Amino acid sequence: MKKIIVLFIFSACSLFGQETFPTNGITNQNKSNYAFTNAILIVNPETTIEKATLLISNGKIIDVGKSITPPDGFVVVDLAGNYIYPSFIDIYTQYGIEEAKRKKENNPGPQMFSSKSGAFGWNEAVKPEVNGADLFSIDNKEIEEWLKAGFGAVLTHQLDGIVRGTATFTLLGKESENKSILKREAASLYSFSKGVSRQDYPSSLMGSIALLKQTYHDAYWYKNGGNKLEENISLDEFNSIQDLPQIFEVRDVLSIPRADKIGDEFGKQYIIKGSGNEYQKIDLVKSAEVRLIIPINFPDAFDVEDPFDAELVSLEAMKHWELAPLNPMMLDKAGIEFAITSLGTKSKNEFWTNLRKSINLGFNKKTALKALTTIPAKLINSEEMAGTLDKGKIANFLITSGDIFDESTQIYQNWVAGKPTVLASFEDKSLAGNFELTFNGFNYDLEIESKDSKLKSKVTFENEKAIPAKINYGNELVTLSFSDSARGYFRLNGIFDSQNRTFKGKGQDENGKWFSWSAKFKNEIVKQDKNEDNSKESEEYLSNLGEITYPFLPYGKSNFNANNNYLIKNAMVWTMENDEAPSQMDVLIKNGKISEVGKNLPSTDGVPTFDAEGKHLTPGIIDEHSHLAITRGGNESGLASSAEVNIGDILNSDHINIYRQLAGGVTTVQVLHGSANPIGGKAALIKLRWGKSADEMKFENADGFIKFALGENVKQSNWGSDNKERYPQTRMGVEQFYIERFTRAKEYEESWERYNKLSDNEKKNAIQPRKDLELETLVEILNSKRFITCHSYVQSEINMLMKVAEKFGFKVNTFTHILEGYKVADKMLEHGAAGSSFSDWWAYKFEVNDAIPFNAAIMTKVGINTAINSDDAEMARRLNQEAAKSIKYGGMSEIDALKMVTLNPAKMLHIDNKVGSIKVGKDADLVIWSDNPLSVYAIAEKTFIDGIIYFDREEEKILQESIGKERARLIQKMLSVKKSGGKTQKPKKEEQIEYHCDTIINFN
Amino acid sequence: MKKTILFLLISCSVLSAQKPVPAPEQTGSVLILGGTIHIGNGKVITNGAIGFEKGKITLVSEATLIKINSDSFSQIIDASGKDIYPGFILPASQIGLKEIEAVRATLDENEVGSYNPNVRSLVAYNTDSKIIPTMKFNGILLAQTAPEGNLIRGTSSIVQLDAWNWEDAVYKEDDAIHLSWPSAYSRKWNEGVIVTEKDKKYVELINDLKTFFDDAKAYSEIQDQKNKDLRFESMRDLFTGEQKLFIYADNAQEIQNAIEFAKKYEIKNIVLAGGADSWMLTDYLKENNIPIIINSLQTLPSAGHDDIAIRFKLPKLLRDAGIKFGFGGLGMELMEKRNLMFDAGMSVAHGLNYEDAVMALTLNTAEILGIANSVGSIEKGKDATFFISIGDALDMRTNNIEYAFIQGRQIDLNTEQKELYIRYSKKYSIE
Repeated sequence: MKKIIVLFIFSACSLFGQETFPTNGITNQNKSNYAFTNAILIVNPETTIEKATLLISNGKIIDVGKSITPPDGFVVVDLAGNYIYPSFIDIYTQYGIEEAKRKKENNPGPQMFSSKSGAFGWNEAVKPEVNGADLFSIDNKEIEEWLKAGFGAVLTHQLDGIVRGTATFTLLGKESENKSILKREAASLYSFSKGVSRQDYPSSLMGSIALLKQTYHDAYWYKNGGNKLEENISLDEFNSIQDLPQIFEVRDVLSIPRADKIGDEFGKQYIIKGSGNEYQKIDLVKSAEVRLIIPINFPDAFDVEDPFDAELVSLEAMKHWELAPLNPMMLDKAGIEFAITSLGTKSKNEFWTNLRKSINLGFNKKTALKALTTIPAKLINSEEMAGTLDKGKIANFLITSGDIFDESTQIYQNWVAGKPTVLASFEDKSLAGNFELTFNGFNYDLEIESKDSKLKSKVTFENEKAIPAKINYGNELVTLSFSDSARGYFRLNGIFDSQNRTFKGKGQDENGKWFSWSAKFKNEIVKQDKNEDNSKESEEYLSNLGEITYPFLPYGKSNFNANNNYLIKNAMVWTMENDEAPSQMDVLIKNGKISEVGKNLPSTDGVPTFDAEGKHLTPGIIDEHSHLAITRGGNESGLASSAEVNIGDILNSDHINIYRQLAGGVTTVQVLHGSANPIGGKAALIKLRWGKSADEMKFENADGFIKFALGENVKQSNWGSDNKERYPQTRMGVEQFYIERFTRAKEYEESWERYNKLSDNEKKNAIQPRKDLELETLVEILNSKRFITCHSYVQSEINMLMKVAEKFGFKVNTFTHILEGYKVADKMLEHGAAGSSFSDWWAYKFEVNDAIPFNAAIMTKVGINTAINSDDAEMARRLNQEAAKSIKYGGMSEIDALKMVTLNPAKMLHIDNKVGSIKVGKDADLVIWSDNPLSVYAIAEKTFIDGIIYFDREEEKILQESIGKERARLIQKMLSVKKSGGKTQKPKKEEQIEYHCDTIINFN
Repeated sequence: MKKTILFLLISCSVLSAQKPVPAPEQTGSVLILGGTIHIGNGKVITNGAIGFEKGKITLVSEATLIKINSDSFSQIIDASGKDIYPGFILPASQIGLKEIEAVRATLDENEVGSYNPNVRSLVAYNTDSKIIPTMKFNGILLAQTAPEGNLIRGTSSIVQLDAWNWEDAVYKEDDAIHLSWPSAYSRKWNEGVIVTEKDKKYVELINDLKTFFDDAKAYSEIQDQKNKDLRFESMRDLFTGEQKLFIYADNAQEIQNAIEFAKKYEIKNIVLAGGADSWMLTDYLKENNIPIIINSLQTLPSAGHDDIAIRFKLPKLLRDAGIKFGFGGLGMELMEKRNLMFDAGMSVAHGLNYEDAVMALTLNTAEILGIANSVGSIEKGKDATFFISIGDALDMRTNNIEYAFIQGRQIDLNTEQKELYIRYSKKYSIE
């Protein structure tokens, strides 16, 4: 047995030469034939063989089983009592590949097009031509970490860009890239992050989504004839990597459905590289039916000793700290298949600490092993070569002292393709125990403990205190020294007989006098069971856990009251259906709809009744212009037209402002693209269904809208002096830009019409037009299938856009902001445009110098359908007050004023058949107010959407109290971590920004 | 060339509508009869009578309680059914210093450097700002105009809002020095998220401030310095207590650091401006007798776990704790500050007593600014600076100012915005 260890060290030199490479000196023809016997062999997570034999030759497993006799010519290694595991596979790494670096900035201005040399595609973030195998070189330092942690093979690539190219599957071999790589192109990688590209487009998440979709269309076109018109290496490469496993990296669980939808559209089933917060939305993950690669990068506890600093830490961050280690277990329990990656952990030590933490908290060991062996192999279609110890597979395995996930287990050796790396010497189990040590007539108890391949010992003289002793063992020789204050300082050297478990040798005392000594085995050390301790600790941890709420935020709820039948009695009802003053009435809500409105409605069993005497009931408030609940960018500002992007793709269901706006009586919101470019992006219409997913919030069957913009923002007047390149820079150019895009759209439509009319035969010889997502959207506008809401201020440009629209035969549905609408109200009326304005904003830019708070009143009096909007997360909480300002400025009636935030925007958005007034048959989107809703003194007490109470001021108080308690509990838990010496991080606050029209940020 | 174009555009738009003409000094005497007088000190008189002459109030009473010789007044205004308030005061604003947020040429509020105590807002105060009439339109008749900036922003003055030039406008010259307390936290942009953490520079900045104050205080001990330092000269009145120190701080730790700092220099008149976290420190603020000019209520809570209505409830919390505060609208853009009284209205919706809300727009603010002996409430002997509203002035639904007087002068409430309204109403034959 001991001889073998020496052998291993010798065998660590090269086993095979490389066919095409010349040799320096003698060619190594050693096949490295090994037979490992008497091992507990974990063939795969499902199969364990006791006393098994494993035969390897030439880096492969040639046989495995119970009664195999090692053939001649094999080195026999007796592994009695030890374990063999398949080594781990990590399929999301950047091992041996340099991180992508951002190019130095030469020009501080915009970069609209690619700066890359070569006949590649137009966007630097789409680089299917990049291959991990081209970039890969063995990293002699990092590889030791990997091997020590038990990994044998990894998938590696440069993790940068939206279309990232191909990752290579490689052994963690030490000598040659050529011999290590198992599959040159094993997977193609994607993400929503443009990475180091300096190109302006895409500057937002929705832009990334659109760019990826357009790339699929472009590649299809290229394959089917486009290649006759242009040479494009990127599209060519993109087509060639489509049959590989497709891995998509997301930053957040909310992006899993975003990626999955793209996959559905283009017939791809992505493997999702997750972010570790999947447990927060298990249902979303389940319904996407994806397989995952998850990190186990659990956050440290926050140092919350200073109560003011602790205020920085959000409730969700505290909860995530507590629940993140349960993510693997929860995914497993939900039946979701996943691999585990070490990416994201700061070190491989942390990887192991976290892995064991999860296991202690109930993560199934078998699943853990699968997630590190068979599943990663399967996900990249490499199960025929790696992941188990079946015959024919690569000899990638670990020799361990015990169950690999036990804390006390030692990985002795990591074999990669038949070549070992020795991580620790085999532990001689017979060495550990209690011995009786005798010399010079003294009798000591000698206790030798073996832990993590290190020996620890102490000696005890009769009933005295134990004295620590230094012990060393190697090559059968042991040295032992200790200082006994009563009897002297002794240094011993001797030989250990493992058969009889006895020591024998010579020693010297402090006077230099030699003596003989011996020790014989008495009994084994009784170990306290650490696993038991762990299980107690984890039981305690698990017994006191935060709830998963929807959304995963303060004021989120763990159970949802879906009752949508109520009777509201004796309220002052503002129906908005006529100009009469509100009167005291009852409203019956049945199955989420307004079922009856009248006096003295009878109550029915099981339908809760609210007596709202003295209170007011109005339709829910509708905000025509909002940037609520946007993820990573409300402006795609990279190009002057971004009609291809869609706000509906990037809604964030987990935003606290949704709840805050519900508390202001808001029920329906149009979420708009910003105003960074003349043609913005598609809008999303949502109901504030707090706790539901983004898709569930969407207003059913609503017409599609798109944001346009005019004026200073689109001509970049206030973007700083570097931004003078993007066309247009003047109001003159804005007109020409619109005419240009609509002309292109018209021609685009015609080219498809022409193509579609061709016979099948003719089609064979023709090139199908390229599907262009931007132009498709513009064609929808031309055909009045999508409607414009246009950010606008001054009269000249308002007039101009109406003329452009008339020229192309469509109408501008809504002018939003429209602060000089009062100057061209007659023209707007003639055109048929609606106006959605601020109540009293002005003076923030030059173009709003003539903005007046009487604007809404004038437009209304002229006959324009007029609304008041927010464009601001805070103002949206009091749109009723904003509407009331028109009573002051322009003498509007109260009913007309309230219509500006209810029925009028409903008409503008083409949803007045469903919402906007209190009418039998409409959705029960209602608000109970404490006072006249146009008064500053009115507070929304209950907000109903579809008859369900989504906000209740009484419940809010209860929630607030429980938030306080939950924070206190988590703070105590974190304090106890700090007290017991656990790792902590400094308190910090992470918040999403609030978006406005002109919030322009370049997201990487 | 471009500058010229811009200039022409501005002057064109300025010429397009008529500016209200500042009112001449009061001649004769005025009696207002009827109406509800919100005195400004928490008291109300229903069916009131107010007499004023030579710019000063000569009579305030319930109309039925005293005998009034109406012949002795040259003008009588019937205010029955209406509400009368002291002129609202806008503190800690950049009124007259800023015009159009995005046009640099119209901005005069922020001087270069971090130590500008000698910079005086008054000399840049533009009485012809288009924003001023929009304030009066809603009941704001006085304002403190103050520089902005890092650390020591400069010196403010208090102005009345109906004047030909800044010398006419000044109500109290150089009333306070304004100090932006450094932020204890840094905010960094990281992967699309704003990350706030303790700022390591915080202590360093406080130390710099200490050095500056140490030097300024030592300098002030010698009356006639040979080598004059303009900055230190301008701080003399701060140490004597004649001038106030406005400290802008929102975070609980910053507030405590700032107040301890000012106390160390024995600054007698400290005003906290902002004070978002003041509800956490009511005992401390009460103990130190620190008044607050508060932020606009129209801001979002700072943390997701905060009470969603914490901003709306703050005035009530401060009142209950016995802390003097005035509405400041801090955080609002200048043009939005015409809505200051609606902040007060919202605080009433969230529990504050109505007359306390009025007080925090008038007398409290006057006291905090040090002008309460002549203005801030409708009391005999004080300036006749008040207005009559046809309805409740704290509610946008009813705020409708009919008459306004500044030091007895009946001022023109017209605005260019209203003129445009009239012009286009005529064009469309509406109204």
